Amino acid sequence: MVRFLARFEAELKRPLRRRQGSTVMQEPLVMLVIVAIAISLLLFVIYPLYSVLKTSLMQSDGSIGLGVYRGLLAKSYNRRPLANSVRLGAIVAVVGTVIGFIFAYCTTRVSLPFSGFFKVVAMFPMISPPFIMSLATIMLFGNNGLITKQLLRGMVNFRIYGLRGLALVETLAYFPTAYLVLSGVLQAIDPSIEDAARDLGASWWQVFRTVTLPLAIPGIASALLLIFIESLADFGNPIVLSGDYQVLAVQAYLRITGLYDLSGGAALAVILLVPSLIAFFVQKYWVSRKSYVTVTGKPSGQRVGRNEPWVRTAAFVICLILTGVILLFYGTAFVGSFMTLWGVNYDFTLANYHHVFQVAGEYIKDTLFLSTVATPITGILAMIIAFIVVRKEFFGRQALELTSMLSFAVPGTVVGIGYILAFNQPPILLTGTAAIIIILFVFRNMPTGIQSGIAALQQIDPSIEEASCDLGADSGTTFRKITLPLIAPAFFSGLVFSFVRCVTAISAIVFVVSGRWKLITVAVLGSVENSDLAQAAAFCVVIIAMVLSAIGIINLLVYQPWKRGPHRAPKESVISGGTEPWIGTA
Amino acid sequence: MDWYSVELIDVVKIFGHRDTDRDPIVAVDGISLRLIQGELLTLLGPSGCGKTTTLRMVGGFETPTAGRILLDGKVINDVPPHRRDTAMVFQSYALFPHLTVFENVAYGLRMRKMDIGSITAKARHALSLVGLEGMEERQPGSLSGGQQQRVALARALVVEPKVLLLDEPLSNLDARLRAQMRIEIRKIQQALNMTSMYVTHDQEEAMSLSDRIAVMNHGRIEQIGTPQDVYARPANRFVADFMGKKTTFLDGTVMTLDGNLMHVKVMDAVLPFERVSDVTTGDEVELVVRSEAVDIVPPGKGTFPGRIIHAAYFGSQVSYEVDLLGTSITAEIPNPQERDMFMRGSEVGIELKTRSIHVLPKVIDGQVAE
Repeated sequence: MVRFLARFEAELKRPLRRRQGSTVMQEPLVMLVIVAIAISLLLFVIYPLYSVLKTSLMQSDGSIGLGVYRGLLAKSYNRRPLANSVRLGAIVAVVGTVIGFIFAYCTTRVSLPFSGFFKVVAMFPMISPPFIMSLATIMLFGNNGLITKQLLRGMVNFRIYGLRGLALVETLAYFPTAYLVLSGVLQAIDPSIEDAARDLGASWWQVFRTVTLPLAIPGIASALLLIFIESLADFGNPIVLSGDYQVLAVQAYLRITGLYDLSGGAALAVILLVPSLIAFFVQKYWVSRKSYVTVTGKPSGQRVGRNEPWVRTAAFVICLILTGVILLFYGTAFVGSFMTLWGVNYDFTLANYHHVFQVAGEYIKDTLFLSTVATPITGILAMIIAFIVVRKEFFGRQALELTSMLSFAVPGTVVGIGYILAFNQPPILLTGTAAIIIILFVFRNMPTGIQSGIAALQQIDPSIEEASCDLGADSGTTFRKITLPLIAPAFFSGLVFSFVRCVTAISAIVFVVSGRWKLITVAVLGSVENSDLAQAAAFCVVIIAMVLSAIGIINLLVYQPWKRGPHRAPKESVISGGTEPWIGTA
Repeated sequence: MDWYSVELIDVVKIFGHRDTDRDPIVAVDGISLRLIQGELLTLLGPSGCGKTTTLRMVGGFETPTAGRILLDGKVINDVPPHRRDTAMVFQSYALFPHLTVFENVAYGLRMRKMDIGSITAKARHALSLVGLEGMEERQPGSLSGGQQQRVALARALVVEPKVLLLDEPLSNLDARLRAQMRIEIRKIQQALNMTSMYVTHDQEEAMSLSDRIAVMNHGRIEQIGTPQDVYARPANRFVADFMGKKTTFLDGTVMTLDGNLMHVKVMDAVLPFERVSDVTTGDEVELVVRSEAVDIVPPGKGTFPGRIIHAAYFGSQVSYEVDLLGTSITAEIPNPQERDMFMRGSEVGIELKTRSIHVLPKVIDGQVAE
């Protein structure tokens, strides 16, 4: 996201001559590609949203009007989910941003032992299935929880279900967003500015208050809004942990799958969409322009300043506590997956894994198949769109860019409802097919790939491509021999990201899965609904194992350690090659 | 028939006229140029004068809005960059960061589908030409700025283009290296007899390596000529002001014309100057007084009295800012060790070296004053 913001600035400052002079009219192939992309965006991004809006306006008597909304918003009981979602989002945004900032400050501005380890642990929640935090929370603090029941022996009457529990798990799940945004921003602040303040007599605290914090304010605002969007869109945690605290994403789902009230569900989806889009556009068009720092993608001053011993100690303790909490949650889920019945019978068993591989083997197979098909399509399409947006001049370029980014801001629940409404009848009957799942994966996961592609392309001086043309290579050869190798790290990090999102997706996908095609996250949801926490945890552990092996395999493919040579290895690993794209709605 | 290596005829470039949301910007406003084989022509001017756009049009990276560009007598307006026999050295060098030095230089040859033997031989020769033997396997990122510059030059030279285009190639180097590289570039260019167009905003660079200089401003060529022409005989006030370190303009009136000389009244003195065309007796003129055309002499001597406002000592020269009857004028005195030196506030005499002073008709609001 940070690169995304920087790109925006760069766009404004770019001198005219920087864009390649060629218009697409001279290149029929490019023209064709643009038209094809525009049509597919209209079909798979805009049309589903339109279907949601249309259905929400369909009144019970068949006429068009705001009747459904009036019905929904008339009773205070029905207004509660909106208020609840916004309140939860606000709490999570504030707490998550504070924690993210502290963590980012500690790891970028203070030299700490084990800082690499802290950074890795902070990334855990980004590559996990959405339920795992909730599962661990219930295992620890639920009615039969390890802490509430075993340690405190039920002395405290504590209910984790509801706002408290949700705020806890979502904060843990989404603070990495703030961490990534803010560590990008903090890294981009030249340490010599802080040195200058020190030199002029400011104490650590004065430097922090008068220099570091003010410079980071736009980043903080971005982090707040992004976490707010993520919390609004969260489906996996609330469906497990919300109890009586109803939130929009879950209510829209229940209304459609439980009550078969399509109009009502669609209307709730629209209501959910409004605050998300507002936050997205505020972030994109307002906050990002306030930025003081230009993130070039090449952090220049990696130098970490000298700090007072107490600052280092405090930072170390904070990092230790935070990583400790995260590891406690993951450890609980991991250990729990080997228990017979959590809360009652703590005997070691492999039965849960036996179930995963024997009974639910289908789920793993389908998930791997669908993800493996969707991932390369997503990656390649994203790079093509990024290339077209950055390097070509054509009518509707900005509209195309905005549309391709839109699903970044649209909650998965809304997209899922849109897909079942749009594609369950001819002419486009996709319900129940593998295609609808793959298409959903592609268009949900593409925006982040596009962003990292755009960021990577903008770091490439257009003169480099011009030099290639100048020396006799045509556009195709130039793209193949020069551009592609240079954006390869972004491409591979896009692949990893896309695969992770496929394997861990739930909010949108839950609407389009069918008996024919089964996804492992849906199996987790089933286990949770049966209160089989240990089984759910086993599924989650398997998902994490799949994610880690995918990252490992793609890293291997990129590094190709068996081919030692100076030309092979890109400088960055696939993960660090594009950290920001990991931010997105679940 | 004999033709020019490069020819630009009434070339215009307007940016943004296809987009409705931007005001069109006239970057190049009808320029014409001709380069003969082996000539190095520099486009010189302040930033935004259209010099880089002109170069990029020759390279094929911009399409002229109007006018024609010819290479060896053939119109190349519609020839894409990769089919043009031009090679550019970019300001940012634009080296391919993922390729070695050798592969960077070999790139253009590979695109021309040469056999590997000639590629190796030519690339090595080009690298030796720029003094980079033994650097073949290095990555561009591991080279110094000067070395990167040499790779960029070798990469352009190796394809033996009909015209070599250099876009502010030395602007990222420090002053000492810049001075050294411009001599090397000129030597290589002359040795290969390569027609070249060179863009810079550094007049010292332009004068030291050009056969001819085109001084540009607001998309137009203000003057085109040898370095001596544009410096010593500027065509107008812009060129006079742009060339040279510090130029003072003094008003005068033509008193008499006398063979090759004319006498001009400046303040209360009448001085002889080389006669210029298009002025007659009684005309208002401007004297282009460069700092080296002013001599500071002890008080009581010289043409005018003056007072030192500021003095700066540079070792090889001393620079004075002098008050000349209310006008501030700059004087540069070479080798001050051999001369009297004056302090701030000193009363001095001022002498004008009239052979170094060019006279321009006075222009007021675009009209020549009568």
